[in-house]
Amino acid sequence: MPAAERPSGIEQQEARIAWGLVLPALLTILLVALFPLLWTVWESLHLHDLRMPWLGQPFVGIDNYLEAFRQPRFWGALGHTLFFAVTSVGLELVIGLWLALALNRAFRGRGLVRAAVLVPWAIPTVVSALLWRFMFEGQHGIVNSALVALGVLSEPIVWFIQPAAAWVPIILADVWKTTPFVALLLLAGLQNIDVSLYEAARIDGASAWRQFRHVTLPLLKPAILVALIFRTLDAFRVFDLIYALTGGGPGTSTEPIALYTFNVLLQNLQFGYGSALSVIVFLVTFSLALVYIRFLGAELTGSKR
Amino acid sequence: MSARKWWPALVLVLLVGTSAFPFYWAIVASFTPEARLFQDPSLVPTELVLDHYRALFTERSFWLPIRNSLVVAGTTTAFCVVIGALCAYALARLQFRGKSALLGFILAVGMFPQISVVSPLYLLLRELHLINTYPGLVLPYLTFAMPLTVWLLVGFFRQLPAELEEAAMVDGAGRLRAFWEVIVPLAVPGIATTAILTFVYSWNEFLFALSFTLGPERQTVPVAIALFRGQYQVPWGQILAAAVVATLPVTLLVLAFQRRIVQGLTAGAVKG
Repeated sequence: MPAAERPSGIEQQEARIAWGLVLPALLTILLVALFPLLWTVWESLHLHDLRMPWLGQPFVGIDNYLEAFRQPRFWGALGHTLFFAVTSVGLELVIGLWLALALNRAFRGRGLVRAAVLVPWAIPTVVSALLWRFMFEGQHGIVNSALVALGVLSEPIVWFIQPAAAWVPIILADVWKTTPFVALLLLAGLQNIDVSLYEAARIDGASAWRQFRHVTLPLLKPAILVALIFRTLDAFRVFDLIYALTGGGPGTSTEPIALYTFNVLLQNLQFGYGSALSVIVFLVTFSLALVYIRFLGAELTGSKR
Repeated sequence: MSARKWWPALVLVLLVGTSAFPFYWAIVASFTPEARLFQDPSLVPTELVLDHYRALFTERSFWLPIRNSLVVAGTTTAFCVVIGALCAYALARLQFRGKSALLGFILAVGMFPQISVVSPLYLLLRELHLINTYPGLVLPYLTFAMPLTVWLLVGFFRQLPAELEEAAMVDGAGRLRAFWEVIVPLAVPGIATTAILTFVYSWNEFLFALSFTLGPERQTVPVAIALFRGQYQVPWGQILAAAVVATLPVTLLVLAFQRRIVQGLTAGAVKG
């Protein structure tokens, strides 16, 4: 880099300018993100119930965390989140990869496809949740009518009163909204693969499956990993979709951890306990993010392209 | 052999159809009389009415959440793009110690779950009497919008050739003038794309808007729509009409800038 050859005075001046430019954004982030995060940790170590201000805010150590581990509803919420993440991200990756392979071969209609891909992704999640709720709603909604007409169901199902059935629209809505986006990420990865590798493989007599297995998959691994981890992080904080689609019901059988935390905080006003839940959600996502940065960080944050 | 040629086309048709159908169905339903919504649905609408849209803007005053969303998302975007551009320029084009750590930190903040800061932000906004106000939404929005803006802009600034500002500086312009007079004009498309994405993310945000507003006077569009359902009945016609209205501006923006948006989104994740 030419910077290393410059006299150090200019270098120092450049660093000063750089920090001056970075400062406003950095201060904003420290103030609105890092400081609140530390506050959550502090809050989680105290009893703080807004409905009972006379109790004050005594220090209770890790009691709030122990309380969470004792609550079946907490483990339920964690289980639902895990189930949602594994199922939806799994489906999105498989279908997304398949779509990306098809898109990579198509030469016409790319613009139309980009639109079809971007619009579901860009609309509010709450709206997509309500579109799917509407399609599954009622004895004579479109989904029930279609399934009965096709002979898949002998009679209509009320989707939102049985836990197992209620997961169907949730997973479908998420797959519908984000699979195209996953496909887009994978497509960008596919387009970086050198075409001559396939020609070489073909000359060696490799079948389409072997080309996919030994050329496409290994070279696509970074893109798959990025999509996987982005999506897992997203799935882990799922809130809007389930809030608007089932409200966590029937009962609490589809309630994810973020919704449980929200209810504890803003319905029950238990800020100490709710903060402990927040910290747990943060720790889980942060560990996932660390994996991400460990695998891909060098590539992404390196100053060279 | 021919099967290999047409399957991608078939997949495309399937993809476009699947993506579009829920929208089509919502649009049809938003013009269908409430009483007929759950009576043997037919794919081709037979009777169209404007009732739901009329009710939306008269009984529901839906222009109120639209105004709120415009103000909040607009302010957030303007602030983040200006402050974020300065930061992103330094991160993309200048040499200084701690740069990659800083970039990693900003990326990490962008990934952390919103729910983990709801409790302190609520207490803080309550203390400052900012619950149910515009600043009470813009401030929390900065937590996700600022890292997003910086991250996208770094990607766009890096794509510009380094010789540009070096040439300007040889001509005697300082760093900042080189930034303002050479880089910014060239980066306008990237900055516009970043602004659109930040706006879309802020327009769609739900958890903070739900947590930090109390009533219709400051509710944003997603919150207003989600809370339409009454105690005993769900006004589906109005909900879907609102969904169409809420989706329209975002859809138009995204369609107009689709190529650049895809570039910006995938550049951050997959370096080419």
